[in-house]
Amino acid sequence: MDDTSRQIRFTLNGRPVTARVESHLDLVDLLRRFDLFGARESCGQGLCGCCTVLVDGVAVSGCLTLAQLVDGRSVTTVESLDEGGALSPVQQAFIDEGAFQCGFCTPGFVMMTHELLKENPDPDEAAIRDYLAGNLCRCAAYPEIIRAVQTAATRMKTAQAA
Amino acid sequence: MNVMRPMPAGQVGRSVPRLEAREKVTGRADYVHNLVVPGMLYTKVFRSTVPHGRIVSIDTSAAEAVEGVYRVVTGEDIRKVVPEPYYGPAFHDQPVLALDKVRHVGEPVAVVLAEDPYVAAEAVQLITAEYEELEPVFDEVEAVTSRAVVHEVLKPAGTFPDLKHLVGRRDTNVALDYQLRRGDVDAAFAAADRVFEHEFRTQQTMHTPLEPMVSLAIPGHESLTIHTASQSPSFVRIEIARLLGWPENRVRVVVPHLGGGFGAKLYIKLEALVACLALLVRRPVKLSLTMEEQFYTISKHASTFRIRSSVKDGKITGRRCEVFWNGGAYADIGPRVTQKSGFTAPGPYDIDNVSIDSYALYTNRPPAGALRGFGIPQLVWAYESHTDLIARELEIDPVEFRRNNILREGREQATGTAMKDAAIEAVLEDIVARMDWSKPFDRGTGPLRRGRGIAIGFKASISPTTSVAIVNVYGDGSSSLYLSTVDMGQGSDTAMAQIVGETLGIETENVKVIHPDTDVTPYDMATLGSRSTFHMGNAVKLAAQHARDQLDALARSLGLPPGTNYGPKDLFKKKYGMQAGNIVGVGSYIPDYKSPDPATGLSDNVTPFWMIGGTGVEIEVDTETGHVRILRMVNAVDCGRPLNPKIVETQLSGAALMQLGFTLFENMEYDNGQVTNASFADYKIPGIHDLPARIENDIVEAEQKSGPYGAKGVGESATFGVSPAIANAIHDAVGVRLTEMPLTPEAVFRAIRAQKG
Repeated sequence: MDDTSRQIRFTLNGRPVTARVESHLDLVDLLRRFDLFGARESCGQGLCGCCTVLVDGVAVSGCLTLAQLVDGRSVTTVESLDEGGALSPVQQAFIDEGAFQCGFCTPGFVMMTHELLKENPDPDEAAIRDYLAGNLCRCAAYPEIIRAVQTAATRMKTAQAA
Repeated sequence: MNVMRPMPAGQVGRSVPRLEAREKVTGRADYVHNLVVPGMLYTKVFRSTVPHGRIVSIDTSAAEAVEGVYRVVTGEDIRKVVPEPYYGPAFHDQPVLALDKVRHVGEPVAVVLAEDPYVAAEAVQLITAEYEELEPVFDEVEAVTSRAVVHEVLKPAGTFPDLKHLVGRRDTNVALDYQLRRGDVDAAFAAADRVFEHEFRTQQTMHTPLEPMVSLAIPGHESLTIHTASQSPSFVRIEIARLLGWPENRVRVVVPHLGGGFGAKLYIKLEALVACLALLVRRPVKLSLTMEEQFYTISKHASTFRIRSSVKDGKITGRRCEVFWNGGAYADIGPRVTQKSGFTAPGPYDIDNVSIDSYALYTNRPPAGALRGFGIPQLVWAYESHTDLIARELEIDPVEFRRNNILREGREQATGTAMKDAAIEAVLEDIVARMDWSKPFDRGTGPLRRGRGIAIGFKASISPTTSVAIVNVYGDGSSSLYLSTVDMGQGSDTAMAQIVGETLGIETENVKVIHPDTDVTPYDMATLGSRSTFHMGNAVKLAAQHARDQLDALARSLGLPPGTNYGPKDLFKKKYGMQAGNIVGVGSYIPDYKSPDPATGLSDNVTPFWMIGGTGVEIEVDTETGHVRILRMVNAVDCGRPLNPKIVETQLSGAALMQLGFTLFENMEYDNGQVTNASFADYKIPGIHDLPARIENDIVEAEQKSGPYGAKGVGESATFGVSPAIANAIHDAVGVRLTEMPLTPEAVFRAIRAQKG
């Protein structure tokens, strides 16, 4: 096969990195090369949200993003959220509300909840449902996920007010 | 891990957060999906495009010519490592790769091995095969009499006594015919006031765990290690060893976290294939299915249930059940579903005269196996729809009719086993009370009509099965639990650690749970059928008690008085003079059981425990579109005493919502045996918008006296009542009865139109 690989540079969770990637490689597989497994391919069609990552601050499906397209851009994964060793308020709320079972979809939900609360620090239940409609949880921990988002929102507001 | 220190009891019944919670929210939990080993080859499967046919030829030359392809393997190559490459838990009927015949679209025919998964995926498209097509059969009722025969000869595994009579049976699609006869059904029908007969059908659906099936085999020196997303590591080891003719100790099966299972990852799925490939090419081999490929691998049985009941003075006096299970091309665990679920087909009602015929059928669809409920949701769908129809015909309130006929504690179920620790009435009354059933109900106006419905169901635990556990107390007093129960999200790690904590008097959070590794963790039948809490829970409790007894004996041998303040750490130090040593507690559990009589299907001890579940719903039907909105859902179960109430509640809503998808929209659609919607783009599973406006889950006050700390299984119970409760509510709202799932807006709308003529 023709060599379609190309050297790319991008920022990964705040650090500059380089990689040699083939034209067909998707972003989930690229992240695996950096031992980051929090973004996972499940449906492979951008419909389940398990592979959610941020590219230049925008949530995308990693399985539908060609790796070469992140050249020069900034990629943020779930692994960035506890880099200092402490969980983010969203992660802690997911634990406290028991908002997962098998955990396979959880990084995607956690990432999208961060995005939601950035845009809307005080979402009502309808807003939560709408924002998370692109993420699927086959264990159906949806009631707990909604409570976790509400708990995280409350705690983040309280922390900001303090 | 901290050292053991005395704690007040109260580990059990406490909502301990999952032990692995932090790994899961940070994305760092360990799945087979993540695993890469040096020298590993990736695999892509070439699959049959015809539902039934003889293989004439397979051309792999173009695929082999692709740069980067390591090797292409067909069924005949598999014979070089396993001469008789057929596997399965009930029948040895499934070839590792197709041999001679293909029996469903999507059946594995050949595989490409390559160092780059993208190369394997490209090369597999260049394989071609020629088939001599045979007449297929797809419908479970047609399969009984069809000229098309999926397997020429039945090949039951030797391990099940009730399958022995099937050995060598030819030219039939009936893989198992289970029957039960109790009393005299014909006499009951003859003497009845009224006789009611209905037929109900369910559709084929798929588990769709979000972590698609994945297995990785690593060959060693006369040994093999398989890392696999499996719910049954002990079975995988035994079955792979059987195929290879090896002793068990040369096969090691390792299972980390599972990204969901729901019954899809039971028995052998990909393991036999990766094992054979790894031995063939002497390199590690990994196979990761796509979401689409999962639909060709395993599914939930479609079914047809003909049910006929006689009623006299408001009491059900006789019931005849004929159940046809669409098992697809390979038996998998279907024959177990046919029997183990079949005997509960008359429902949780006290009926003196019962006749059950339950048939496992081969068809040319992808295989069907266990899916959260093991056949029970299909049965409850039929008998609880039937119950409501009878009550309506007799103009008796459906709750009152159930009360009149309910199977009470101490009474014999159809098999002759007396009901014990089975809170059926409590579950019904809990739902009735919370729905304010006796109060007036707003039925809506104009095009939006409202209705409500209730349904209850029950399930016997599969029996007899064994669990073994080990508790190891280390020199510093910390401890680990070794077990082969697979935590696929149900929270077993946490619940089992709670049992250790309670028994040893230590904090749950300080117990480390060692995940299944058959080189290290002892035997467990499998993580299925809500059996772990009861069976493994009892084994874990015995193991912890064994460790505690040994610690007490150690204290005595050191001359310490009973009730000494010396903790384990101090005992070890006193004994060995330094931090050293172990105390190893072992527990093994198998419940009593009596196999049903082959002729009558009767047994006075058919199950170690009963699971009870029920659901009530309030719904709104848009009569202009057929759309059904669930306004309120009330689920109740008897799970004995919950070990971890919060995890149980998550299990209840999770099970009910999964069944909601199977009820309202999930459906594998076909065109001549080809699944046409094998992706999330076309096969919809419940999303966050499908969550009912109100959902309530309740654990009724109960105790399973033979269970660990009064507990029993609960993973499936909240699925039981969902489908018929919704169908009953639709009938209540708009006066139409749907007898076939799923209850789509189109089906509801068509029924409303048909009613209006």
